[in-house]
Amino acid sequence: MADAAQPKPMDAHTHDSGTRRDFLQIAATSLAGIGAAIAVWPLIDSMNAAKDTLALSTTEVDLAPVQMGQRLTVKWRGSPVFVDHRTADEIKAADAVDLGSLRDPQTDAQRVQKPEWLIVVGVCTHLGCVPLGQKPTDPRGAYGGWFCPCHGSQYDTSGRIRQGPAPLNLAVPPYQFTTATTVKIG
Amino acid sequence: MAAAPQQNKIVRWIDHRLPIFTFMQHELNEYPTPRNLSYWWNFGSLSGIMLVIMIVTGVFLAMQYTPNVNMAFDSVERIMRDVNFGWLLRYLHMNGASFFFIVVYVHLFRGLYYGSYKEPRELLWMLGVVILLLMMATAFMGYVLPWGQMSFWGAKVITSLFSAIPVVGDSIVRWLWGGFSVDNPTLNRFFSLHYLLPFVIVGVVVLHLVALHQHGSNNPLGIDRKGPQDSIPFHPYYTVKDMFGLGVFLIIYAAFVFYMPNALGDPQNYVQANPMQTPLEIVPEWYFLPFYAILRSVPDILFIPAKLAGVLCLFGAIGVLFFLPWLDTSRVRSARFRPVYKWVFWLLVIDVAVLGYCGAHRPEGWFILAGRLSTLYYFVHFIILFPVIGWLERPLPLPTSIAAAVTRKGGAPLGAASPMEKH
Amino acid sequence: MRALALAVALFALAVVPAGAQEETPLPKQSWSFDGPFGTYDRAAAQRGFQVYEEVCSHCHSMNLLHYRDLEGIGYSEDEIKAIAAAQQVTDGPNDQGEMYQRPGRPSDAFVPPFANPEAARAALNGALPPDLSLIIKAREGGPDYVDGLLQGYKNPPAGMKMADNMQYNEYFTGHQIAMPPPLAGDDVKFADGTKATLTQEAHDVATFLTWASEPTMEERKFTGAKVLIFLLVMTGVLYGAKRQIWAAVH
Repeated sequence: MADAAQPKPMDAHTHDSGTRRDFLQIAATSLAGIGAAIAVWPLIDSMNAAKDTLALSTTEVDLAPVQMGQRLTVKWRGSPVFVDHRTADEIKAADAVDLGSLRDPQTDAQRVQKPEWLIVVGVCTHLGCVPLGQKPTDPRGAYGGWFCPCHGSQYDTSGRIRQGPAPLNLAVPPYQFTTATTVKIG
Repeated sequence: MAAAPQQNKIVRWIDHRLPIFTFMQHELNEYPTPRNLSYWWNFGSLSGIMLVIMIVTGVFLAMQYTPNVNMAFDSVERIMRDVNFGWLLRYLHMNGASFFFIVVYVHLFRGLYYGSYKEPRELLWMLGVVILLLMMATAFMGYVLPWGQMSFWGAKVITSLFSAIPVVGDSIVRWLWGGFSVDNPTLNRFFSLHYLLPFVIVGVVVLHLVALHQHGSNNPLGIDRKGPQDSIPFHPYYTVKDMFGLGVFLIIYAAFVFYMPNALGDPQNYVQANPMQTPLEIVPEWYFLPFYAILRSVPDILFIPAKLAGVLCLFGAIGVLFFLPWLDTSRVRSARFRPVYKWVFWLLVIDVAVLGYCGAHRPEGWFILAGRLSTLYYFVHFIILFPVIGWLERPLPLPTSIAAAVTRKGGAPLGAASPMEKH
Repeated sequence: MRALALAVALFALAVVPAGAQEETPLPKQSWSFDGPFGTYDRAAAQRGFQVYEEVCSHCHSMNLLHYRDLEGIGYSEDEIKAIAAAQQVTDGPNDQGEMYQRPGRPSDAFVPPFANPEAARAALNGALPPDLSLIIKAREGGPDYVDGLLQGYKNPPAGMKMADNMQYNEYFTGHQIAMPPPLAGDDVKFADGTKATLTQEAHDVATFLTWASEPTMEERKFTGAKVLIFLLVMTGVLYGAKRQIWAAVH
């Protein structure tokens, strides 16, 4: 296979002037190199999310059947999203936290649109496990939110990291209430 | 040119333990090559580049493809429509198969014309035939993957060839299919093997190159190099010439990929496979047409039924190539010095073209006769004409050396243009 | 070895028309997407989509297309939402384990007229209308074929025996087609005021279907132009370098 990557100046017996010869050979080598480099881009880009994947990035959720105190898991972009219909106590607990004590300081109001509905991506910010706490029988950790079984991260009722190795709060996905009881995530 | 590569400290450290730089210097850089190679010698390196293009595009396509009878067709169309540059990868791969065969066929006919299979390059040639066989298997199984009508029926017809084998034929076919028809198990194993075989080809290509570098390239004169005056270092002479040839080749290839990507394909393969309905005409891809013609042309031979005879001749058509080094009894390699063979060679080219033409048409009327005669000639050419011409022909006097031949021509550009038709 | 090149070229010529059939030759139309710089005529494609929606889609599915794809022929996001929402899509199962209907979304595939091929056959005298997503690429002649077929209905020649429920069509293989003439002219009222003659409708729907067969064609040709220019320059420079390096050998 031709090897264009290393220009090798020609030795001796050529009648051309040095500059023109160098120019042609360097130009040829660089063009071949540039062409090979550009040809790599379609390969890399083909691994990016395809159009159909991007088009599926919204999920609609009907909130009407979710009773106060219940938690619902829905799938959005291939990951679980936790919908928590919080009780007044849980909201109060989330509001009462001293921001200075948080690893990733955020007020509860910054994390919800309606206080009774907490919507977070159910993926632990440590290494991507799904925390427990959605089922009534699950352990919820010391802060009443979620408990990640992989490495023991504990989240509070606002989905904020309180203890364990995770660096950040559970992410809040973009969402909007299309009616009083339906929400569109994404 | 032979400047030592070990100037850099790190390079020297590595090379002392793993002589990869010395190896490359020796085999790619200063590797002595006949100074008179024509552009027909470009097709070897072009084949290698096509193999790389096919593997690279194939690996990325495989990331998006689903080998399941219910999803394969749609997953290919998803590649065409939704995957970023998916259409480009798919068209490069699809047309790449055709261009790979074009390049390899030219490479093969070049070897035939200049006697590149003759002593001491017999194993080099035979490894090349092995590569061709592997390529055919790979191409055949790859064509099944999009699961179009032609994919399905091509797979069915070709696998059914094995049912011609007496006694165990039907069992073999059922084993190949993994069931009672071409179905999901068949598609899955074809995908697996289609991914595997190219890497087997890479392995055989390495052996092919080892064998090549043992005695070096043949050349248009077919005479051995006698000393340093007959050769030049591979780099930069043949690197730049190969690169230029690659540029010309890529322009043609790109013209097809971007402006007539479906010209070499069959519209039927844009219809999803339907095991209940055979298309009106089943035609293989163009590169298989001559072999397909042989398969269909052969009548009953003595006690062998036509079906079995066709299969035997099909495999014989490639198998006979393994024996060329011994079927050719001529003392000289290059057809330039073989006044009779140089014309007979063209009969083979025409014969294969006629076979291809017959393969593309339904075996009716004249096509039956033409197919049979051209099939007959194909074997007569190799089995009878090759040894007989070698015995009877009086070769022209050979030049004393490559350099001498070049100077006699008065310093005409080496290897530029095709030197053959001047004789 | 120039002769070899010639032989290869002749061989290629001999092979290409292999698939051609002995049928009435199709009239060659002129299309906006012809040639290396051709693009899809958006207005024609939108009219063609309207014909598909209002006529063809009652029998023919287009399973490979999604409403979001319509952006490719110039519909805006809101128009696409409206087009999708006009369709009822089966989704589910819901919490009760049942499938339910909801208005379509841009990410949905075109809603098929029949749930499965068997339902189509049952409703249509046993005939199965082909999916139209790839019809242009799947037929010899492509857009010319579809255009010709839609206008190719004639009275059968004297003496030709037609099977039950079959129509005579000049351009259909075997001339007997189960599809009754789908277009007669004035089948739709074009939104842009173009007069809906049979010729116009056929031409527009063929344009739409060609786009549907290969929505990435424009990107392909555009990329191809850039690639070819680059390759021509690179090869030219390589030729110069080759001549220079080899000049030393003479």
